[in-house]
Parts: sequence; C-alpha cells; structure tokens
Amino acid sequence: MKISLSVNGEPVSIDVEPSMLLADLLREELELTGTHIACDTSQCGACVVHVNGKSVKSCTLLAVSADGAEVTTIEGLADPVSSKLHPMQQAFHDHHGLQCGFCTPGMVMSAIDFANTVEEPTPAAVRHWLEGNICRCTGYQNIVKAVLAGTAAMQAADGAEQGS
Amino acid sequence: MTETPMETGIGVRLPRKEDSRFLTGRGTYVADIKRPKMLHGVFLRSPHAHAVLGAIDKVPAMAVPGVKAVFTGADMAADGVGGLPCAWPVTGKGGAATLEPPHPPLAQGKVRYVGDAVAFVVATSVEAARRGAEALAVDYEVLPAAVGVLDALAPDAPQLFDDVPGNLCVDWEIGDAKATDDAIAGAAHVARISLVNNRLVGNPMETRAVVSEYDPATGQYTMWTSSQFPHIVKLLMGNFVLGLPQHKLRVISPDVGGGFGVKQYHYAEEAVCTFAASKLGRAVKWVCERSEAFLSDAHGRDHVTEAELALDETGRFLGLKVSTIANMGGYLSTFGPNIPTNLYGPLLAGVYTTPAIYCEVKCVFTNTLPVDAYRGAGRPEATFVLERLIDVAARELGMDRVEIRRRNMIPKDAFPYQTPVMMNYDVGDHEACLEKALDLADWDGFAARKAASAAAGKYRGIGLITYIEACGLAPSRLAGSLGVRGGLFESATVRVHPTGDVTVLIGTHNHGQGHETTFAQIASQKLGLPASRIEIVFGDTDKVQFGLGTYGSRSLAVGGAALAKAAEKVIDKGKKIAAHLLESSHADIEFEDGMFRISGTDRALPFGDIALTAYVPHNYPLETLEPGLEEQAFYDPVNFTFPGGTHIAEVEIDPDTGEVSLENYTAVDDIGTVINPMIVEGQLHGGIVQGIGQALLETCVYDQDSGQLLSGSFMDYAMPRAEGMPEITLDHNITACTHNGIGSKGCGECGTIASPATVMNAVVDALADLGVSHVDMPASPNRIWRIIGEAKRQMAAE
Repeated sequence: MKISLSVNGEPVSIDVEPSMLLADLLREELELTGTHIACDTSQCGACVVHVNGKSVKSCTLLAVSADGAEVTTIEGLADPVSSKLHPMQQAFHDHHGLQCGFCTPGMVMSAIDFANTVEEPTPAAVRHWLEGNICRCTGYQNIVKAVLAGTAAMQAADGAEQGS
Repeated sequence: MTETPMETGIGVRLPRKEDSRFLTGRGTYVADIKRPKMLHGVFLRSPHAHAVLGAIDKVPAMAVPGVKAVFTGADMAADGVGGLPCAWPVTGKGGAATLEPPHPPLAQGKVRYVGDAVAFVVATSVEAARRGAEALAVDYEVLPAAVGVLDALAPDAPQLFDDVPGNLCVDWEIGDAKATDDAIAGAAHVARISLVNNRLVGNPMETRAVVSEYDPATGQYTMWTSSQFPHIVKLLMGNFVLGLPQHKLRVISPDVGGGFGVKQYHYAEEAVCTFAASKLGRAVKWVCERSEAFLSDAHGRDHVTEAELALDETGRFLGLKVSTIANMGGYLSTFGPNIPTNLYGPLLAGVYTTPAIYCEVKCVFTNTLPVDAYRGAGRPEATFVLERLIDVAARELGMDRVEIRRRNMIPKDAFPYQTPVMMNYDVGDHEACLEKALDLADWDGFAARKAASAAAGKYRGIGLITYIEACGLAPSRLAGSLGVRGGLFESATVRVHPTGDVTVLIGTHNHGQGHETTFAQIASQKLGLPASRIEIVFGDTDKVQFGLGTYGSRSLAVGGAALAKAAEKVIDKGKKIAAHLLESSHADIEFEDGMFRISGTDRALPFGDIALTAYVPHNYPLETLEPGLEEQAFYDPVNFTFPGGTHIAEVEIDPDTGEVSLENYTAVDDIGTVINPMIVEGQLHGGIVQGIGQALLETCVYDQDSGQLLSGSFMDYAMPRAEGMPEITLDHNITACTHNGIGSKGCGECGTIASPATVMNAVVDALADLGVSHVDMPASPNRIWRIIGEAKRQMAAE
C-alpha cells in the first residue's frame, strides 16, 4: 500500500506491506535507527515517537495508519543546522539521565510529551507518566531529575518565545 | 569554550562524552547494522524441557519463498564444529573435576531446556525465515524433566547426561569443616535459616544481536555481536568452536545496550551465524526478540541454601556454615560453575571477624536455561545469606541489629585482613560507613515513624546490612589456581598523535558505564590534556590489541590501572625526548600540568612539542630512542579490590493489600577513589534499583513439572519501573585501594549486591511483630498478603 507522511519535517511517500509496523518502517525503510525495539509486547517504550505531536509506541501502530501523519523521531529533535540539542535532550545530558542509551530515545520522546501535557510537573507525576518506559540502567532517579529540568527549560523557552 | 585539563581530570563531575550520539539517535547497536546482500536468520527452539531429538525434515522449510538454508546440529557436527566451552570450571571436594558435558551450538541427540536451539533458518527477510522455521518438521520424544535443583538431585530424577550421575556437575567446598562444626557444637547459640535466592532474568534493554560475514576472497571473518568482551568471544568461538584462524577473525562489539553479565558469555547464536555466513558467503543477521531473550539469555542466581551461625552469649560470631545447591541449567554457560563457588563462598566472611567458616555448594544440572553471572554474581547471594542470618540471630538473642554488627566488624586498623575463606582484604573502614549511614537514614528516629505508620494501620520496618565484594577480577595467577582457563589482566594503549591529541585503545567494553568519559579523565589527569583531546576506543579486536572485557566491576580497577600505567610510560619517554631537547638528563626532567620541565627551572616544553618531535625526529636521540610516541601496558592485578559499605532501607506495608512501599533508601559506600562522582551515582542508583527488583518484583518461574517458562515476557516478569522506586540517598566513606595505582575499587555491582538483603531485612522487620523471621524474594503483594494472613491465623490460634 502506498502511504504519504511527514517524518521529521520531510515528506515521505512509500509502498509498505499492510502488516508493517511504524517502528519497522522507520528503522528498516527510512534507516532512522534511533527508534529502538526492546520488547515484543509493547511494554518497554524504547520505540516511542511522536505522531501528530503525541507520544506513541511505534510498535503498536501499523505504518499504514500513519498515512497523512506528522511523525517526529529522536533524530528530528536537535537543530539540523547547529546540532543544538533540544532542551529535553540537553537535560538528559546535564543530569546523567542515560547510561547505555538504548531506552533513551523513547524516554526523551515520552518526556517531551510529558512537558507538553502535564500541568503540574512533580517527581511523582514524572514517575507515573513513565510507566510505559523501562530503563534497566539508571534506576530512574536521574531520569526523573532530567525530565523535570527539561520540562522547566521547555517552559522557559516557550515563555521567552511568547515574550518576544 | 575550551576546557582545561584541571576541569576534566580525576574527581570532576564531567558530563559524559558519549551522550551526544545516544541522545540524537545516532548510536550504532548491532541491530542497526546493514551489510550488502545481507540475509536474516531465525532460530527454531525446543518447545520441550527434555526430549530426544529425532529427525528434522528441512524440505517444507526450504520450499518457503525466500528461505536460503536450514542448519541443524547434525550439519554442524558433520563439519567438525565443537561445543561451547566452559571457561571457568572449578575443583570439587577431594579434587573432583567439574563435569563438562558437551554443549553443541545447535542441539544434538537431545534438547535439555525450553528454548534450546534446534535449527537455524536463513532467508532473505526475517518474515521469510520465520515462516521457514514454522514449516520445519521436528520429531521429539518427550522425556520427564528435572526442573528444580532439589528435584534434579532426587534419587529417581531424570538424568540430563549419561555421564553426569545424579545431575551433579560439581560438589565444591571452601573453609575448615571441622573447625566450623566444633564452633557450632560448642556455641551458646546457633541461628539457622533456610532460604531461596530467586532466579532472575538480566534483561538489558538491548536484546542480543549478531551480524556475521565471510569474505571468500580474503578468508576474512567479521562478526558484530552485542558482547561485553569481544576479544574473548573471538578466542572462544574462533579457537574452540569453529576453528577459525585468529588473525582472520575480527569481532566488533559496537554500542551495546546494557550488559549486566548477560552479554559476557560466548553464545551459540554467535557461532551459528558465523557458520551460516561462511557456508552462504553472505552476511547473516540475527536479532533476538524479547520473548526469545527470556528463552536464550543466561539466567542468574537460583540458589537453595541452609545456613547456621554460631554465636557466644555476647553475640560474637564463632562459626558460619553454609550449604547451597546452585542451578547450572541444562548446560554449562561460559562461567557457570565459578559463580556460586569462587564468587560466593569467599564472600561469606563479609566485613566480620568470624573465625571459622565452611561452605559447600552442589552445582546441579536441570532442564532449564543455563545459569551464569548476573550483576553481582555470587556476591549478592552471599550477602543475602549472611545478612539475613545475622538479623535472625540478633532477634533470637534479643540483641540490637546494629550492635551485633558493630561487635563483629573487622576494625579499620586490622587491615590487611586475612579471612578464613581465601580473601585478603587490603583496606577498609566499615565502621565509618555504618555510622554515617545510620546518621543519614535517621535510624534513631525510626520508632516515631513506625508509630506514625501504625497509627495509619500500616506496618513499618527498617533494615540494614553491611557488605563487601571482591571485584577487579582478577590476579591471573590466583584465578588460574581457582580454575579459570585464561588471564584476567587488562591492556591499554596510549597513542599520542603528532599534534599531541591522544587515542586510548582499551580492552574493556563500555555499555553504559561511561568509560569514554571516565577513562578520558584519567588520561587527562595523567597527561595534562583536556578530555576533549582524548578519544577512548574499545570493542573492536582489529583496533584494540587485546582485552578481557567488562564484567565483575573490573573495568576501572584493572583497565583504568592499565591505562594509568601506559600513560606513565608515555610520560617517561617524553622525558627522554625533553631531556635531549633541553640538553638535560632524563632524571632531571619532571612532568606536571602538561609541561616537561628541568626541575627547579623555568626551562620547559609543552606536551604537544614533545609529541611533534617524536614524529618529526630531526633533532632527536635516534641512536638511543625510537621515534614515535605510543605506549602499551598490560596490568595484572596483585589482589582483588574490596568495595564495601552499609545500606539501610525503610519500608511500609499495607496489611490489606500486602503491598510493600519503599519509603527510604540510604547507601554509604566505600568504592575507593572516585574518578567521576556523577557516573558513580548513576551506577549506584541503577545497581540498587536492580537489586530492589529482585527483592520486590522480579522472579523467573518455571512450571516444575513441564519445565515451561511461565515468566517469559515483560507481561509476566515484573521489571522495576519509575513508579515505586525510591529516591536514593547516597554518600561515601572512601579508603583508597592500596595496590592498583589509581585507588579505585569499582562501583558497578555494589548496589545489586547490597539492596536485596537490605530491603528484605526491612520487610522482615516490618512483619517481626507478627512472628515472621524470614521472607523469600520477591516480597510481592501476593506473598506478603498471604504471610500476614497466615501469621495472624497462627497468633489467633496460640
């Protein structure tokens, strides 16, 4: 089936098998291997991307159902020209919110949706939000710290934009 | 902004150099690798725990479109392929050898666990290979299975191997049996415990993956594998399994998504993919799925233990006797027999002065997955036995749990301290860790918090443990006497470029531990260069000379020491060059802050000038000194390193649901010299939570009759998630390791060693008023709710 979608701001038109998952489309066809697959039961969240601005486990979505959608992956966050990290990526770096890096893309994509969605960002709210993202390395403590710092930085950036 | 060496040296919270590629999705894990004309492989795995393997009809599979080949154990046997070797057998009672039955990469004759690989189907796509595997017709004659260790030792148990009577792989011992029995016989009090250390699945977030290729034109084999020790895989697979020339085999472990021990073995899939690639002349890729990982990654722990602690009337430990049965699974994994023996028995001394210790361990084959090291590896099991038993003793004697530990602790002025079970602890101050932890955790204020919980209808408990671990594996000669079939040194090369920039090639492997930063900090400190001018290279046998890899908290303690040594060699050569240029003598040159200087003068040359001169040797002592500036060091440790500390946990239990809420967790560790405090905190957080997983959530369950794995996915195996995990309070009390030149001891496993016993001591404390003296892990709501109910019924009946 032929589908058309936007991935990281680039238009994509491609023929896919009806059974293909969005995660496989991104990894195998578009070579965006930053989206990881770490389970086969939609439990781990390593494959979280944004579909029309909301975090979605890309292993739970058929590629064909992303027809017409705007998809953002971890590769689409940093500034393409300056390579400047997104505030959430920067917060994970500053607060040592990653170790082996395998859950990180899903964590960061999920965390950005948290920052955009949750009105009262608290440690408990972050921990609750991340119930669908498993990390085996960090014990979550620095991830929670990073998500809160990244949320604050995103809000500050939004405020600066609105002010200007 | 350029950083200065001072800002990137030892002790600095330097943000990680490796983060950028992981944060932007540009890491390269094995599953990300594509090769020209690459094929994909799928393993067909046994659905039976124990069966005679009959005929395998390949015809229907070969008829599936896209299927290129099917390989079986018979094919590999016909080609003379060997079995997967055990690298660390141990010597049992009376000098008996570990029994090492053959471990073919694809099953031959029999299958011995659910998941044992029986065939490998290679096709143009994963889907085609999967359809091919489904089409394979395999005859099985199902046999009764021996699943648990006690069942496997029963007189009428099914036998896994004809030449392993009673399924007993090795019966091992350490310590003085008579002295310990005498101590127990003459003691004022003997505390006893029976416990199970629950079986675990390591579950690094990246599942294992392999890409193998063979170039017939050059005879070169290349394998990408998600391994913690590519050089050892190269040696084991190349030399012992496939018979490939070492100089024609390159093994690359690129970015690896966590290891925890699960990836420190040579696995069947590596050999089978390489075998298939050589037969097909095309690259072959296999990526493990998560449910397949549950069926094919070596598992951890799985002990059944009885232990006795003899004490005098004042609570002094007189003797400790431990008898453990350890599960090896259906075959020996790479380090299988070493884990519940050498890495367990000697750690039972803990930080105490117990004069007599005896431990015996029966390693048993069962119809389950092979069991091997998992983060902590033997040491969490030892800590769990010892620290649970001390709590039992304290309660029976009516003694304070802190006081009984204080009374038996090795005092700081008694180091170096020889334990009765092999280890010679070089240094430590365990009392200081204990006191600091008690203070940080507000141990004295617990009674008030317990009363507040009680008022709310909740049971509150507090628990503490001390621990010691032997890491920095290991002095090769000592390890050799304990059975290891290899060395345990580490190697590093410091390559100084003509510009003064530095590449470090090191034999350890970074899969989350932050080596690219930590090792750069060591080189920065030593060479007086900013870390941004230092690159750490690892994980490629064609680039890095040799290495033993990363496991057992050895990378910094051994690899870091090798790096420091290589850097010192560079400085020494630099001094010779500087002496020539400055017309001075080698002995008069000192090196500090990146400058070679004639002592006591202002005549000096920067590191970069010396590097350039080494590569442009126009004015150079060529008669006595080779040009170039690159030095290599192999460091073989003289002893293990011994991190230790005190951890304290506080829990609240809801009696209506059995749910355990972890309210506080405090850890004071002595890990030796800290290179990067931020990375150390991350290692401790992660390790502690992994151990909390064992204590509260995780357990690997087999059906005891059929041998089917019941906890085979993240739906059934409870991984720690962000919610429910505590905010951990950390502190250190450092004593520097005395013998490795850098003072660091290792921090990767401390948390996992300490936290299961800590949490369970708190859980038992919360239930102590109900007469509960022990709870096996995990303390799941279901288990705790039943224990509370049973205890209440018993109290009512009394």
